[in-house]
Amino acid sequence: MSQQRQSPGAGRAAGERLAVDWIACDGRGLCAELLPERVGLDEWGYPVLEGQALTADLLPDARRAVAACPKLALRLQPC
Amino acid sequence: MTAPQALVEERILTQGAGTGKYRDLDVHLAEHGPVPSTPGPALVTLVEQSGLTGRGGAGFPTARKLAAVAAGSAPVVVANGAEGEPASSKDRVLLSYAPHLVLDGLQLACRAVGAAQAYVYVHEGPLVAHLENLVRARARRGVDVVVPTVVAAPARFISGQETAVVSAINAGPALPTSAAQPVYVKGVDRRPTLVQNVETLAHLALLARHGASWFRGAGTEREPGTMLCTISGAVASPGVVEVPIGTDIADLLERAGGPSSRLGAVLVGGYHGAWLPAPTAAELAMSVAGLRDAGASPGAGVLVALGADSCGLVETARAVGYLAQESARQCGPCMNGLPAMAHALGELARARPTPGLADRVQALALAVDKRGACHHPDGTVRLVRSALRVFAAEVRSHQGGRCGATDLRPVLPVPAPMAGPR
Repeated sequence: MSQQRQSPGAGRAAGERLAVDWIACDGRGLCAELLPERVGLDEWGYPVLEGQALTADLLPDARRAVAACPKLALRLQPC
Repeated sequence: MTAPQALVEERILTQGAGTGKYRDLDVHLAEHGPVPSTPGPALVTLVEQSGLTGRGGAGFPTARKLAAVAAGSAPVVVANGAEGEPASSKDRVLLSYAPHLVLDGLQLACRAVGAAQAYVYVHEGPLVAHLENLVRARARRGVDVVVPTVVAAPARFISGQETAVVSAINAGPALPTSAAQPVYVKGVDRRPTLVQNVETLAHLALLARHGASWFRGAGTEREPGTMLCTISGAVASPGVVEVPIGTDIADLLERAGGPSSRLGAVLVGGYHGAWLPAPTAAELAMSVAGLRDAGASPGAGVLVALGADSCGLVETARAVGYLAQESARQCGPCMNGLPAMAHALGELARARPTPGLADRVQALALAVDKRGACHHPDGTVRLVRSALRVFAAEVRSHQGGRCGATDLRPVLPVPAPMAGPR
């Protein structure tokens, strides 16, 4: 997955994906605001992660979302 | 709740079956002999050759678990007898009836992984004092090299989940955790921890005495040995039986006296398991391989027979209400989604002509599936989806405002809610 060759730049898989620590997550929803391309919210306000590997162009926003989580519940992990 | 009596004499449930009689150490030693002195590495090899798998529900190969824990330093072993599943009694029957096999197995597991510390973990209740007495008696006689500590947990559905077990022994709440590392790397006292179901340990105690080929003399090539099953519902003699893995479900029901009425469905694998139509279930083998294509698995060996005159939706709604109440309320989708699912199922069970209820249940199932720290939401979803599939005709008639069931006596057991703070 991480070595997938597509058009350079935008669509390239970054070899990382988002994961939620469900016990820590409180449904504050900042992740969905900072990375709407990949994070939706369920009817109770908890994140619904869309897709698998993040593409390189989304990685900066994903890192921002991880850093902004007030419960430290969002993380990036290799995939 | 009194544990059903053991019905059939096999490897584990060998003598005095049906009496529920506690076996003292002398009786045990006379029948089985002392704990074999097989060295640790040879034990791991023996387990590998035997093909023994965990009997707590997940069915993980025991040898791989042993090897993973043995690779760490100063490991800990836990005999897990916290049987949260309301429709299962096999661990309680085992601990009441053949506890010394479990305690022998615990010694062997300690030797296999090089552990000098061990625990016996059970629900609060009469088993705690019973096991403490047995542990003391064995210590006095010098039977055990590692004298285990008995730890009691609240009698909740999820308190036997592996990370909950470790948390409780570490003096935390008996609830699942989302630790970064698995318990076999970092568990009790941050040390590598082997958590093994008590039935698995009893099999280990026999396997060490009789060898791998004896062990493989029952069961299937891929899933060897016997298993304890708890059979209840619409059968003549509900209880715990020991059977070779892969026994047809029809034969298992016969071992419990046979159906007591015409059957509509069978719940296979417990409250995190799946409903199957009775004619389908009857022809399937009680094994992972035998049930996989039907979307079921043996779990901890639970079968509940449902009469054709009972309502599968009413039964499922009650069970899901219980499962929602048993949520640890730690993870948002489980904490919110399970009560919502229970509510929608309850409405469906009451046969109020409300359109879209089944769709609502399906949408909620999708919203909670695999979105928790443990498998409680996933298992509940499995049960719910199987109910909508197997009881599809009932769903249609209920949505039209009509329930065809004539027997509304409860079949699936649901413990009373616990008093006081959780």
